[in-house]
Amino acid sequence: MTLMTIILVLLVIAALWASMTTLLLRATIALALTSALLAVVMYSLGATLAAVLELSVCAGLISVVFVSVISLTQRKPFKEYVTRRMRRLRRFWPLPLVLIAIGFGLSFIHAPLQIVLPLPGGDGDVRTVLWNLRQLDLFGQILILLAGVFGVLVLFKGEGKDVD
Amino acid sequence: MLIEIPQSFWLYFIFFILLLVDGLWCMLATVNLLRMLIGLEVLMKSVTFFLIVAGYLSGRMALAQAMVITVIVIEVVVVVAAAGIILGFFRKNDSLNIRNTRDLKG
Amino acid sequence: MNDLLLLVPFLALIVLNLLPKSARVTPFVVCFLIFLLQTAAAALQPFGVIDWSFTAPLERVIGFSLVVDNLSVLLLVSTGIAGLAAILVGRATLKEPRSRAIFLSLLLVSLIGINGIAMVRDLFTLFVFVEVTSVAAVILVTLREGPGGLEGAWKYLLLSSVASVFMLASIGFFLLSAGGITFDQAAAALAAPAPLAWVAAALFMCGLFVKGAMIPFHGWLADAYTAAPAPVSVFLAGIVTKASGIFALMRLAPSLLPASAPGREILLVVGALAAVAGAFLALGQSDMKRMLAYSSISQMGYIVMALGGAPSLALLAASFHFFNHTVSKAQLFANAAAVEKRLGTRDMDKMGGLAARMPVTGATAAVATLSIAGLPPFAGFWSKLLVVIALWNGGQRVFAVIAILTSLVTLGYFLVLQRKVFFGKILPEWESVREAGAGLLLPVIALALITVAIGIGFPFLLPMLLGGGV
Repeated sequence: MTLMTIILVLLVIAALWASMTTLLLRATIALALTSALLAVVMYSLGATLAAVLELSVCAGLISVVFVSVISLTQRKPFKEYVTRRMRRLRRFWPLPLVLIAIGFGLSFIHAPLQIVLPLPGGDGDVRTVLWNLRQLDLFGQILILLAGVFGVLVLFKGEGKDVD
Repeated sequence: MLIEIPQSFWLYFIFFILLLVDGLWCMLATVNLLRMLIGLEVLMKSVTFFLIVAGYLSGRMALAQAMVITVIVIEVVVVVAAAGIILGFFRKNDSLNIRNTRDLKG
Repeated sequence: MNDLLLLVPFLALIVLNLLPKSARVTPFVVCFLIFLLQTAAAALQPFGVIDWSFTAPLERVIGFSLVVDNLSVLLLVSTGIAGLAAILVGRATLKEPRSRAIFLSLLLVSLIGINGIAMVRDLFTLFVFVEVTSVAAVILVTLREGPGGLEGAWKYLLLSSVASVFMLASIGFFLLSAGGITFDQAAAALAAPAPLAWVAAALFMCGLFVKGAMIPFHGWLADAYTAAPAPVSVFLAGIVTKASGIFALMRLAPSLLPASAPGREILLVVGALAAVAGAFLALGQSDMKRMLAYSSISQMGYIVMALGGAPSLALLAASFHFFNHTVSKAQLFANAAAVEKRLGTRDMDKMGGLAARMPVTGATAAVATLSIAGLPPFAGFWSKLLVVIALWNGGQRVFAVIAILTSLVTLGYFLVLQRKVFFGKILPEWESVREAGAGLLLPVIALALITVAIGIGFPFLLPMLLGGGV
């Protein structure tokens, strides 16, 4: 039971908490915790740049977006949450058991897999790969950010905008 | 690295499947729009994890990292667009329940 | 030309957003010109008449690896035509300057996305551009806050993102088994029997099926198409769903599933399911755009079925049906826009006898519906015939019969549409309805003329297409 396995188990538990909890704010915190644990896993596997981005963007920016949406859409009094908690639990209680069953069942598979061998000279630096080889992906990122900007312009405006 | 890294594919695959099932269950078992978004987020994290593992096990970490960076950007834009739709939905129907639309069904 | 197809719309996008608000007509003209130039340049590409070497200095600076082959030309020309129709319909339907500006900007973003899909050679870059197109399309659906708009957009966004998760998982498996994610590396890994690569290919196809609204993942399409504003429906139905889902199948199927029986079986079954289910679902609809949306599912099922036919004809039949569907469906949605604009409703049970009041709309709608149903002498007859022949020659007799029978159902629901909307007695409230304005008539007449021209001229085109190869 290596340290890595323990961190992965914690990751799944955090994701489970995010799905099952009743209060949306707690779900957001759980999601941020999941992102942080994922960043730790990524860093230990050697993906340093991706881990930094995951931590800052997913655990940071997305949580901010979630919290602002929650604060703009909350209206229910707290009493209703208690009744809803029971209903949620009824829909979600099989989930941990299903996950344990799947994990247990799959752990018996030990078939050898043909994975491609690593390249002899190493595979290069992320920065060179990103800027020199995958320029189309960068262009795509710019495009999707532009689409997101227009989305914000369309969706986050106030009342009273009709088209026809 | 301070942590001892297991080299077996199946170990990582199990956790990928667990995260995947968790995200899918969360998306399907709810009627609240925000919770569906959380389920979608868990799904995307599971594939991010799988991409990094694939890069590690095949020795092509630079390519995998470049892909994950792009995927994270796409994930952010999708979340922002979804948040916008949720806000618009709430303003129109005063509820985040997908069954509570005040629109006529066609 | 390859880089220009991505960079020129990008430049236009930036310039158009920096223009002062007083420019009213210029943005439409610029976008129209861009789509027109793209259609012309792409259509002339196989003949090699234009010398593009003046872009050489550009290519030394920017290292995009884009390739244009005959299949790319198909998508580029189809996108150009659908975009031209959408711009004309948009000019006639969208009145508020802010909506117009955002519509055109997002249209340009989708154009760059689809051009990218047409030209890339790499699985992950394909995924990125498919995402760009999908996100832009989702936001376009929300432009009008009418009934059901946000719900349709939500379902589209969610299902599209689940499809992306499948595609990314597939890319992870390809990374493990092929060591890279270009088309050639993936094909090589599949040719050498590698079980991980098979899983990867299956997952990628599942993702593409969801994006292309194949059964059982079609739930988002009807709501999104119906609730979107008119020009967006024209563009969505005309090209976006086909480009993000079906086109990638057309690009990958010949190389990823060379002679493999299971792959072709999957395509045949999924295509047949979509064709039949879409047709039957369309029969019971009373909303005009919803019926057209289910009809789109059915026709895209035909394209997927054609890919499972005899390898020599499969791609040609699929491509031709792809093009015909773009032309006819864009035109039908433009007709629906005209009817909706004049009548204020999409409910076909409330319509009737419009042929007397809107003769051009009625005539062009008749042309398009007969073409899609597969009647001579329209273009759809030839493309359906090619699909059936491709299936028959490939030994898939059962599927060929299914294709023919579904054509009858297609004819059925389109006749229902014609009868409810255009024929019969005219109701008193529609007595004063006039024909649609020139802005909406121009695209439908042009598209109908294309359908008729291809239908009559196809026997002369066929030797050239077979000789050139697709």
